[in-house]
Order: sequence, then structure tokens, then C-alpha cells
Amino acid sequence: MAADYAYVALFLIVGLLFVVLNIDVLSRIIRPANPTPEKLTTYECGEDPIGGPWLRIHIRYYLFTLMFILFAVETVFLFLWAIVYRSLGLFAFIEMMIFIVILLVGLAYAWAKGALEWV
Amino acid sequence: MVSAGALEQFYALFEAWGIPWIVPRLAIMLGVVSIIIGFISVSAMFLIWWERKISAHIQARFGPMRVGGWHGWAQSIADGLKLLLKEDIIPTRADRPVFILAPIVVFAASLATYVVIPFGPGLIVQDLNIGILYIIAISSLTVVGIIMAGWGSNNKYAALGALRSAAQAVSYEVPLVISLLGPLLLVGSLRMTDIVEYQGGTWLGILPGWLIVVQPLAFLIYFTCAVAETNRLPFDIPEAESELVSGFHVEYSGMRFAIFFLAEYANMFVVCAIATTVFLGGWQGPLLAPWVWFLLKTYFLLFVMIWLRWTLARVRVDQLMHVAWKVLLPLAFVNLGITGLLVLVLSPMG
Repeated sequence: MAADYAYVALFLIVGLLFVVLNIDVLSRIIRPANPTPEKLTTYECGEDPIGGPWLRIHIRYYLFTLMFILFAVETVFLFLWAIVYRSLGLFAFIEMMIFIVILLVGLAYAWAKGALEWV
Repeated sequence: MVSAGALEQFYALFEAWGIPWIVPRLAIMLGVVSIIIGFISVSAMFLIWWERKISAHIQARFGPMRVGGWHGWAQSIADGLKLLLKEDIIPTRADRPVFILAPIVVFAASLATYVVIPFGPGLIVQDLNIGILYIIAISSLTVVGIIMAGWGSNNKYAALGALRSAAQAVSYEVPLVISLLGPLLLVGSLRMTDIVEYQGGTWLGILPGWLIVVQPLAFLIYFTCAVAETNRLPFDIPEAESELVSGFHVEYSGMRFAIFFLAEYANMFVVCAIATTVFLGGWQGPLLAPWVWFLLKTYFLLFVMIWLRWTLARVRVDQLMHVAWKVLLPLAFVNLGITGLLVLVLSPMG
């Protein structure tokens, strides 16, 4: 079982090596390098940046992420349910519908509260 | 494709020479990875050239015509070489470790998804038993890389682009996953080859056994979400050239930028390959070789993606969220419920 994932590990490692090889070996040999202070400034269409970008982030991003986590966790259960669905029959259908309806009530609540509005 | 027997003989040969068992196996695996990286590079270069040609012809232009002779076929190769020769600029205010790590995360994540793409019978790197769940899980890592790029650049455009990208990716991932559950309910397996083999027969004796025939709504939801997941028009708010000057990778230059570009086109291929596998019967098809069918269907979907780019205008960010949460998500649930009910009524219990 675990041996099946040898390829996954290898792909991730080779992905890392491929990027490093291209940027820090192959390209480094042939590309020019003459940095100047102006060249290394933050790009903002020619203006000097005022303030940094690491600001407080608007709450709406947080709300959507929270909704995402709710449904992402749920889909993990749904995958397992979908595989064994045929052997479980009506029982599985009713049980999962109860589960989904509870979640949809949550979605409806968020909708009614205006959490799904991007304002 | 070599048979398992030939592979065993190959391993036995090395063992007879007293070389540790891991060496020949690692050599074969590295060979496979190299083939996949080669495929990704060639496919991305072809796609970039193809996209430029299609875009040009839709707008009654010619597009690249000079490099390489016939219709500028070598344009992407020339562009790649140019990017290799470009100076590497890391802004002084950037968060260096994060800035450098971001392209690695994005590329490694998109490369790892190719492990379970079924190009043909036997032409799959490793047929994991959680195939489709694995792809969905790994491709989510791309978002982490994008946020790292936006954060590490210490640039306002990049930060905004990354945040928007993350919000969009997480929003569209939910209906995407749920739309895939309808077909999976019918197949009853997450293994990619099982999904393709399920679609081998016919529906009612005349229609192809593809799941798009019985799951058209799921396909539409999936494809819409796939376009959004890859930040393509009309859902390209994270990159919006006209306001964010291309978003999270604005500070990246030369080869670092090329890696992002490569990963983006690799991801486009992956989402279309999933659509082909799950909805369009994968490698199934008459006359032609299976891998030809697989590539034909996938590239057709990629063509549709490029076509959409020049047909639809960019949506506003509130419309984007509206579509994901208030239209696609309820529809995906309705589709799942109806599919579940129909499977229950129509198929014999077993």
C-alpha cells in the first residue's frame, strides 16, 4: 500500500529539483546579473510604494474560508459514502440526505445573514 | 509500454550483478518522471502557441507567423529560451525564502497530479486507489504556492491577486468536488482506471457509455469550476491584467516567471484530463489508439477553454462569488440528490 505512494514522493522531489535546476543552475550560468537599487525596488507602476501590502485583510475573506472548511470537511465524508452507496442502499441515502440537509440549513443561514454577499 | 515480465527480468538482471534492489527500480521511476516532465513542457509550449493562434484567428489576426517557418510553430521555444536568458530579479523588500519557495510549491503540486492521469490502458504512472480524491487534494496545494508568491513579493498588486485567487479557488472547489460525486456514485470507485472502464459500454444501446450522457449538469458545473480553478477568463479576476498587472506573479521575472507559466498550463491540462476521464469516457473510442483518443478529447476541452476566453467578458468579483455559492453549489447538491435517488430506484441492490 505505502509503496504505491513512492511515485508521489518522487514526483514532489523531482518537481522541487526541476525548478531548482532550471533557476539556480541552468539559468544562472547563462543569464546576466547586474542589479541596481532602482531595479530591485517594489514594482508599483513607477511610483515609490507608500506603506506595505501586509495589511489587515478584510473579514469577508475569512467568512468564505470558514464556509469552505465546512464544506471541504463534508466532502471527505461524501466520497466514502459515494463508494459504498450501492451496497448500502436506502439506508445510506436517507442518512446522507439528513447530513446534507443539516449542512444546507447552515448554507441557508449564511445566505440569509448575508455572509455570501461580497460587499 | 513494457510488460511486467520484462520489468521483472530487468530487475533480476541487476540483482544478478549484485547491485542493490533499489537502483534499477529508482532508475525506472526517474525515467517515468522525466517522460512526464517532458510531456508537460511540450504540452505547455504547444498550448501557448495554440492559444495565441486561436486567439489571433478569433480576432481576425494571424498571431505568431515568423519563428520556425510554418505558422510560427517555434515561437514558444524561442520564448522559453528568452526567459531562460533573462535576469533574475528579487526585490529587496521581498521575503526571500517565501519568494523563492513559491514557484517550487506551485510546480511540484501540479507535477504530482500527473501521477494518476490515465493516458491509456496501462499508461498511468501509478493507479492509486484514491485516484480522483488524490488529484483534488494535491491540486489544492497550488493555492498555497500562490498565496506564498503574493505574500513573499511584498507588493500590493501581488498581495491582492493572491488573496483574490485564494478566495476564488476555495469557493469553486466546493461545487467542483460535489459535482464529481454524482458520477462517482454511479461508478462506485475512486480509481481512475475503474472510472474509465465503467464508461466502456453504451447507454440504451446507441449513445456512448460516457458519463456526460447521464450527468450533463455535473459536467457543466465541473467545467465552470475548472475554468475558475485555473484562473482563466471569464474568471481571471486574480490576474486581471488591466487592474492588477497579472496579480500574484507581478514581481517574478525570467525563469521564475516561466515556472509559474508552465505550472498554469500544466494545471489547465490536468483539469481537462479529469473532465475527459470522468465525463467523456477517458481513452475509450473506436479505431484510434486509446492515448490518441484521450489527448483528442482533452485538447478539445482545452480548445473550449480558450474559446470561452474570447467569448465571455470578465465577471465582477461579487458576481463570481454569487455564481459559486448561490448557483453552482445548490445545483451540485440537487444533482447529487437526484443521482442518488435514481441509482436507488433503477439499479438492483447488490
